[in-house]
Amino acid sequence: MAAPTESPSMPGAPPVASAPAAASSAQDGRPIQSTGARIVAVTSGKGGVGKTFVSANLAAALARRGHRVLVLDADLGLANLDVVLNLYPKLTLHDVITGKAQLDEVVVPTPGGFSVVLAGSGMVEYSRLTPEVRNELLRVIEQLTPHYDVMLLDTGAGISDVVLFSVSLASEVLVVATPEPTSLTDAYAAIKVLAAQQDRQHIRLVVNQTARPGDGRAITSQLQQVLNRFVATGSGQPLRLIHMGDIPADPSVRDAVMRRQLLVQHMPGSPAALAVSQLAGKFESTLLPPAS
Amino acid sequence: MDLGDLRLGTAHALVSESLGERLPAPEAQPAVYLQALIDGLCELSLKDPLTGLHNRRYLNAVLESEIDRVARTGEAALLLIIDIDYFKNVNDTHGHPVGDQVLQAVGQAIRACMRPMDTVARYGGEEFAVILPACQFGFGKRVAERVRRAIKAAQVAVSPALTLNVTASIGGAYTIEWIRSTTALWTDRADAQLYKAKQSGRNRACIEEPPDSTVTADEKNMLLAPLYKASGWDDLSSNETLNHGSAH
Repeated sequence: MAAPTESPSMPGAPPVASAPAAASSAQDGRPIQSTGARIVAVTSGKGGVGKTFVSANLAAALARRGHRVLVLDADLGLANLDVVLNLYPKLTLHDVITGKAQLDEVVVPTPGGFSVVLAGSGMVEYSRLTPEVRNELLRVIEQLTPHYDVMLLDTGAGISDVVLFSVSLASEVLVVATPEPTSLTDAYAAIKVLAAQQDRQHIRLVVNQTARPGDGRAITSQLQQVLNRFVATGSGQPLRLIHMGDIPADPSVRDAVMRRQLLVQHMPGSPAALAVSQLAGKFESTLLPPAS
Repeated sequence: MDLGDLRLGTAHALVSESLGERLPAPEAQPAVYLQALIDGLCELSLKDPLTGLHNRRYLNAVLESEIDRVARTGEAALLLIIDIDYFKNVNDTHGHPVGDQVLQAVGQAIRACMRPMDTVARYGGEEFAVILPACQFGFGKRVAERVRRAIKAAQVAVSPALTLNVTASIGGAYTIEWIRSTTALWTDRADAQLYKAKQSGRNRACIEEPPDSTVTADEKNMLLAPLYKASGWDDLSSNETLNHGSAH
């Protein structure tokens, strides 16, 4: 192997690298340990399975239960949070990263009673995770966690470095899948990589657009069996899938998205909204301290 | 401060003998002398006396800083753990002094394979560890293989009549780009690969593969069979499963 004498130093190493917030995580190891919000990454193997729908409506349902909730567009501008929530703020994460705005200026309240931070379309150019973006994301999350009970990271689909990085910051992972073969296969691939790469002990699963009650549970147990048989985790312990709930296929979801409204708010009696509320209940009982 | 008030005799002897360095005269510039003495002691505290390689204390410090660097720069780093095969036999058959000679020879062979920027340490009894910063996936296998061959080729001349050869098993794991690992996780993963190398017959190198997102036909069939069954398309899928099953 060639013997480069020294690795190139980061050009213009961002000052945040030595900022107290970023430095604190250096000692903590991963994921971010803090006394603040429970950080949950919402991810999926395949796009278009309702990740953002779940993030936004779960956030609203948790907010209704009295929790302080923030949803962060961790898909760096590709998440459709703005579309789902009908919010087009002037200032976004992109402005924070480029130094044009303060962090508190980009935290936007939503009609659902929770807050969001949108990445802004300018972030799309950061399709690759540079040290600067990485450190900024870390800093932003660390500064926001003390103010919330739950932070949902709406990540991209699939297995890019951006997705893996944002998932690595979360203490919990919620994978959204649908019962289609392609979605299941991609969810399985994503879970497999997370198991091997991040030594996850468990991953939570919600099955969206189910046709019959019990579908989600059957799918979870099938995924679990395939994982047990084929996937070795870094720690040697089997990875445990935790079925968090199903959201039935329901035309009102489409209606809500078309009207740019939160389903749990505008059609709280619809089957899908009831399911999301149930999901929030399960979240609360397994992941969160009681709301104050 | 008068140097005469300090008990420096042992430290002076340790540094000048173990490192073979000439310490500056104490009287002329006491501060320079003390600094040289402290530097010498620090160096000694980070070295393995037998092999002259770094010791575990130093290795741990480098592991920590390397994890930090990888998390910030996104360059993968590789950790190799190298364990001499059947080393107990060497000690039992030829005695500990010969065992020590073997350890020294293996240490030198490893060091000779590495870049100056790599950290080579004695990890424990007959175990060595190497940290290779900025080592991309794909290179690991080649480096480990080179080390394995170098150790196998090393001739340890114990006496005019006796030359010993040993082999070693090697396990390796990468830190994952961008993601902050811990020293425990990283060494555990390298250890797991070493165990694999030992289990599969020794004198070989096993390097952890980068995360694989491919889903094989077997995995797909098992995953999706119930789905197809529920939709009445199970005939085709069960046939495929059978075919795959018999192929193995």
